[in-house]
Amino acid sequence: MRYLVRRGIMLLLTLWSAITLNFLLPRMMPGNPAEVMLAKFKGKGNMGPQAIHAIKVMLGISNESLFKQYLQYWQEIFHWNFGVSYTYFPFSVTHMIDQALPWTLTLIGVTTVLSFVIGTLLGIWAAWTRGSLLDSVVTSVLTFTSSFPYFWFAMIVVFLLAFVTNVFPNSGGYGSQMSPGFNLSFIASAVYHSILPAVTILVSSLGGWQLQMRNNMISALNEDYVVLARAKGLPERVLAISYAARNAILPNMTGFAMSLGFVVSGAILVELVFSYPGMGTLLYNAVSNEDYPLMQGIFLMIVIGVVMANFVADIVNVALDPRIRRGGGDS
Amino acid sequence: MTSMLGMLKPFWQNKLSRTGVIILGILVLMAIFAPVIAPYSPNNSSFAAMLGPSASHLLGTTQEGQDVFSELIYGSRQSLVVGFAAGFAATFVGLFIGLVSGYLPGLVDDILSYFINVFLVIPGLPLMIILAAYAPVHGSFLIIFVITVTGWAWGARVLRSQVSSLRSRDYVAAARFAGDSMVRIIFREIMPNMISLVAATFLGAAVSAILGAAGLEFLGLGDPSINSWGTMLYWAENSGALLQGQWAWLFAPGFLIAVLGTSLVLINFAVDGMGNPRLRKKG
Repeated sequence: MRYLVRRGIMLLLTLWSAITLNFLLPRMMPGNPAEVMLAKFKGKGNMGPQAIHAIKVMLGISNESLFKQYLQYWQEIFHWNFGVSYTYFPFSVTHMIDQALPWTLTLIGVTTVLSFVIGTLLGIWAAWTRGSLLDSVVTSVLTFTSSFPYFWFAMIVVFLLAFVTNVFPNSGGYGSQMSPGFNLSFIASAVYHSILPAVTILVSSLGGWQLQMRNNMISALNEDYVVLARAKGLPERVLAISYAARNAILPNMTGFAMSLGFVVSGAILVELVFSYPGMGTLLYNAVSNEDYPLMQGIFLMIVIGVVMANFVADIVNVALDPRIRRGGGDS
Repeated sequence: MTSMLGMLKPFWQNKLSRTGVIILGILVLMAIFAPVIAPYSPNNSSFAAMLGPSASHLLGTTQEGQDVFSELIYGSRQSLVVGFAAGFAATFVGLFIGLVSGYLPGLVDDILSYFINVFLVIPGLPLMIILAAYAPVHGSFLIIFVITVTGWAWGARVLRSQVSSLRSRDYVAAARFAGDSMVRIIFREIMPNMISLVAATFLGAAVSAILGAAGLEFLGLGDPSINSWGTMLYWAENSGALLQGQWAWLFAPGFLIAVLGTSLVLINFAVDGMGNPRLRKKG
């Protein structure tokens, strides 16, 4: 319990720092992002005073003291008000994020879990058959694929499977003649469109899990309790799964949270290659149009998402590892 | 000198890591001898544009009419330098903060640990993108800076826990009672015992720096006029190399990025073995 409370406090502190960082970034940068933005918006036509206020508060153009700006900024955050997007005027940043978020959440959620499960299983298996030809081949191939730049592999996959052979659609999140809705044909189309991006992320991220798990597993297999269990004559399968793997998986769980940030980073670039209608493509459009309000909003959402996922992984870890519960171990 | 050689020995004895050393060596030689190897200057744009691979242009030509193969050879310079410089800078910052934080428990450690934890969870690439998007000048220094800011925390965390366990050892306590200064204890007593960990941190940081730099350049947040593997991919994507069937132009730069990354991961196998003898057997 004490551990969970400490984790909870850390969660709040991290969220607070991320939101504060988001406040400070445009204010520390050379030039004046807010003024640039407002000048650009002038060409876009009429904007309500409220929208102008939101932009000023988010990006920092004000005669008020920094502290007062900070309070105003928090007010806007609590109202979930990040201003108006320049690229997608007159839509608000919140509206654009609402549109993109489900796509990215599904894509990254599914691929991360799959990659973790498959990678961990492959790691257990490689450690178990350690030194065999299969172990060397699988481990070397995955070492290589884990060094792939995500976006590069995405482009190769698009080239081979979408252009040369036409098996899969090369871009988008669903068929162009369809409109998003909760019906079977739309979902089928969305799944079909997500296969290539998902496979790309899977292949590029599998290696990390496999390598880590293989290392943990090899160490665990040499522990005294495993040696004792073997001496007792337990079947090898029981040894591998319920003795060694059970303990070896714990450090991987801690890593789960960390590498989530890595996968998110990779997914941003993959989305871009596939013009997938998620946060990554949106962030790229925001950056290339110097759409600062949208950029800030997306950054904030991504960070909040990753921080929350970290917290969930922590809770799962507590459930799995009694040592953390008892010792209140520091991660 | 013999001790230096002794330290390098594990890198050669471990089969995987020897492969890594050889691959890295080839890439470094390629960068050094680029003018000898490349058939043309990377800036020579006098050829016909968008040619497919042929005997005179092994990997084809770009939309501007440069030879892709020559660009690839010369591009190794920028990619290696930026990757290693950023990896080094991130390791240096991480080492410094990890040392201080691990050696000074209490308030200093609490504050620094807090920063480490925050930077650890903030996903790297989005922060890099934001920082680079605001920057007025785009170039190698910006990329190195941005990668350092986002990449130091991992090393700091690993090194911190190593320092805090080393500092409670008897020989460190003895040095402290003998009146040695903090700087002397850190550099003479603690540092030598974590060289392998620092090396592993550096290799890991360099891999993510190489991938990070490629990602930023691909997004057009580097200086597109500087020739590197990342900017090559940027231009390939933006001139429709994919649609025109210019597979070689698309394939080669990313492949070399992956090869470079793999060589560093392979070298790291030897470092893993130093820290954990169980991984060494059979390796």
